[in-house]
Amino acid sequence: MKYRLICIECPMGCAIEAEKEGDTVVSVAGNSCPRGKLYAENEVICPMRVVTSTVRATDGRMLPVKTNKPVKKSEIFSVMKKINAQKVTPPVRIGEVICRDISDGADLVAAGELL
Amino acid sequence: MIKKNYDLIVIGGGPAGLAAALSAYDNGVTDILILEREESAGGILKQCIHNGFGLTRFKESMTGPEYAARFIDEVQKRNIFIATGTTALSLTADKAVTAISAEEGVFTVTGKAVVLAMGCRERSKGALNIPGTRPAGIFSAGTAQKFVNIKGYLPGKEVVILGSGDIGLIMARRMTLEGAKVHAVCEIMPYSSGLKRNIVQCLDDFGIPLYLNHTITKIEGKERVTGVVISRVDENKKPVPGTEKHICCDTVLFSVGLIPENELSKKAGVEISPRTKGAVVYQSRETSVPGIFACGNVLQVHDLVDFVSEESELAGKCAAELIRNGAREKRSVNVLNGEHISYVCPQRLDLNREERVKLFFRVGNTFSDCKIVVESGGVRLIEKKKKIAVPGEMETVSLSKETLARIKGDVTVRLEV
Amino acid sequence: MYQVIVIGGGVIGGALLRELTKYCLNVCLLEKSADVCMGQSRANSGIVHAGFDAKPGTLKAKFNVSGNRMMETLCKQLGVKYENNGSLVVAFDEEQKKTLEELKARGEANGVTGLHIVDGERLRVMEKNISDRAVAALVAPTGGIVCPYELTIACIGNAMDNGAALYTNFEVVRAEKTQSGYKVYSAKGECVEGEIVVNCAGAGGGEVAKAFQDESIEIKGRKGEYILLDQECGNFASHTLFFTPTEKGKGILVSPTVDRNILLGPTAQGCDKDDNTTTQQGLAEIVQKANEMCKRVPLFHAITSFCGVRTYTDKHDFIIEESKTAENLIHVVGIESPGLTSAPAIAKYVVEEIVGKKIALTPNKNFNGRRTADHFFHRLTDEEKSELIRKDPAYGNVVCRCEQITEGEIVRAVHANPPATTVDAVKRRTRAGMGRCQGGFCMPSVAEILSRELGVPLEKVNKSDEGSYLVTGVTK
Repeated sequence: MKYRLICIECPMGCAIEAEKEGDTVVSVAGNSCPRGKLYAENEVICPMRVVTSTVRATDGRMLPVKTNKPVKKSEIFSVMKKINAQKVTPPVRIGEVICRDISDGADLVAAGELL
Repeated sequence: MIKKNYDLIVIGGGPAGLAAALSAYDNGVTDILILEREESAGGILKQCIHNGFGLTRFKESMTGPEYAARFIDEVQKRNIFIATGTTALSLTADKAVTAISAEEGVFTVTGKAVVLAMGCRERSKGALNIPGTRPAGIFSAGTAQKFVNIKGYLPGKEVVILGSGDIGLIMARRMTLEGAKVHAVCEIMPYSSGLKRNIVQCLDDFGIPLYLNHTITKIEGKERVTGVVISRVDENKKPVPGTEKHICCDTVLFSVGLIPENELSKKAGVEISPRTKGAVVYQSRETSVPGIFACGNVLQVHDLVDFVSEESELAGKCAAELIRNGAREKRSVNVLNGEHISYVCPQRLDLNREERVKLFFRVGNTFSDCKIVVESGGVRLIEKKKKIAVPGEMETVSLSKETLARIKGDVTVRLEV
Repeated sequence: MYQVIVIGGGVIGGALLRELTKYCLNVCLLEKSADVCMGQSRANSGIVHAGFDAKPGTLKAKFNVSGNRMMETLCKQLGVKYENNGSLVVAFDEEQKKTLEELKARGEANGVTGLHIVDGERLRVMEKNISDRAVAALVAPTGGIVCPYELTIACIGNAMDNGAALYTNFEVVRAEKTQSGYKVYSAKGECVEGEIVVNCAGAGGGEVAKAFQDESIEIKGRKGEYILLDQECGNFASHTLFFTPTEKGKGILVSPTVDRNILLGPTAQGCDKDDNTTTQQGLAEIVQKANEMCKRVPLFHAITSFCGVRTYTDKHDFIIEESKTAENLIHVVGIESPGLTSAPAIAKYVVEEIVGKKIALTPNKNFNGRRTADHFFHRLTDEEKSELIRKDPAYGNVVCRCEQITEGEIVRAVHANPPATTVDAVKRRTRAGMGRCQGGFCMPSVAEILSRELGVPLEKVNKSDEGSYLVTGVTK
């Protein structure tokens, strides 16, 4: 089966064509870089996304957070539920882990700081 | 705390101002004041909590606050002073900046050079003259972003977005993740002005429909928005009767373009380009007023913050040169928009400068298999084939030292289709 | 127990309320909306008419000319921006030129001074952007401009400073005759009692009359749509430019505002009296007419469009009289254009000639007719500003970038008379959100300041009337 994809790895947005036979990707074309190939291979088997959102701090402020690697696209809303249940106490530094293993081994980390 | 005079005053502590200040510092000018109106530096990046920043510059995908933090850290390492909570009120051609803050009151500082880095603002809904009422629930996408990401409030639950610029697309996803239902994104043009990847990951991922060639033709609701009517538009962007579609919603977000914020520049008498709505500049990013530079989104609205940083470093470096060496005589030619080009920046070249020049420009429509041509005095300096060119993506072409040497008179950039 | 209850917080009610506080009277104002000045006083042209328009002998003619003469002093006392910019009625052919002569004669009969007619050449010197087709103009040097909501708010604020009470969200639905006057009830069941009631309810004038069992007032509405241009175009026109009036009315005008915007409008379309929606046709008509009046109209610089409803009665003149059926109920309704100009004169007349005939008027020795302008901060020198910021650092925090409005000014508006309790109320007093970004940057901050100062959660802060919430709740 053939898939037409737009790569989301960088702003170029390459149009990629990927072919899958069974559970195996047999060909990827149209990508301009190795990241694009990887993206296409994942996208036709199990699409993955980085989730970015916020967590409320105990003082009411909002802390930007992100998953430190992509999580399954199908899991985005369950990840959001877990994110919304988090609470942090300042100070928080960039990169600090807010929630370990929020989905399939990805951690939720601070993507901004609260001093 | 704040002195009367500085070598360099940078107005704006967002990505442009930070990069310009850093670059000036690293090029030998250390007496720098950055004026920042908000409580902390970082500018609009503070509320851009999505990822995708920094791929060009840092080769990794960062969130807005992470990208800003890289620059803020560097500024702090160099002890460059950022006056936060300080709003510049006016600027003169003599490079005197009058500003206001809770700590200092109203004060005036003068610089040997000034870098304008105030960024841009969103075009308001009012500018579109959409008929109907003016209830609560109408926001620009950036205002909604501030509510959600900085303040932690959801502006509404049932949303229609007008404009498919990147902020509109990003907010469609953001509102969805926070529990709102986005019913439609309408775009009056036949194409989205946002990045393709944002269509995929912000709309397609969540099944949000994008209506191209559509606009909102009526807003309903007395106290709060209760619905909108959207219509298809013809080639002249006029709504086609009979194509109306009613959508119930409590919120309308507008993402209908960004305008460089040049109120201060105008006060100083800086020449403004009617095309970019930013200053007319030389390749050094010096404006028509000697010693006043402009960079980032106050000069031209960029697609990527990475390009803002790059441009601002250039401005900072050139400002430092001017401060250290004094003004040099210029040998000036204009850079003109030729066919199918909506703008070019810089608009002027100083031929006494020899370093490589990058011309930034946008095309006026969507073209495929076209050719970018740069010519001067009837001579083709550069030809560059382009598979696809769209107005939403900034194009660049580089002029080497050798090419610059071949320039005879004004330079024209045009697109052959 | 009030001696006088004024119903309706528009410019008429406001001017009247202030006039009443010049005497030792216990007075109050009932306003059905969350803020004062929410009806036609909010959205109109803001023109101080010279007075050549109204037919001699009408109430309009009488109060227009006298109101015009009072306006400058009133504005000065209240710190309200007023500009005597002069009006021009522009003729585009010989027929219209004749009309100018008639208008001039009519104006002179009404007592308007300084009227004269200029030819096309002179006109083009006076207004560089006027259409090449314009052949002559009637110049009315006494014409002026004022900000209608600033004036209304200042009148009410000054009256409150002098002891008047204000009840907002008080929609009058019922009145009961008592021995000494009336008990007036709101839709929510609150009650205030007073001896004399003045009905200045504008579009609601008919309903208020009915609450007193007076069926005689029927108010009709006409929609007036406007387009507002950025201050950047402030020099586009310096006079108020009118078309030569026809049977259908004064038509669309092009005028500077006291805040240096350019105002285009209004249209005139029959409508329900609470229908303030702009329409595609209306906005198109404004564009077309503005382009007929002037060359190079910078429509690209439009920052907003809005609609006001102008109310009128079939009498087509002001109704200023005691109700024929409800004793001590005074109607001041059907106040169509030139109502704004006439307001100070109407107020004086109603108090002195109608209210004064019913109860004794003892001058209030403590009356202070002066009010600190809401925009006072912008009139200070840099040194004075710094001095104020030292005392109150909130004046150093700029919240609205476009209009350069500080947190101090917003906080002050929340606590001043009449208090600003909504985002739009803050906007009308301070101009925060009035500028080219239309509140894009400052609205969340203004809402936060309101939440803090009023002690209510942000979800309860409204844009305007109840139900106009800004956010649905916290995200998490």
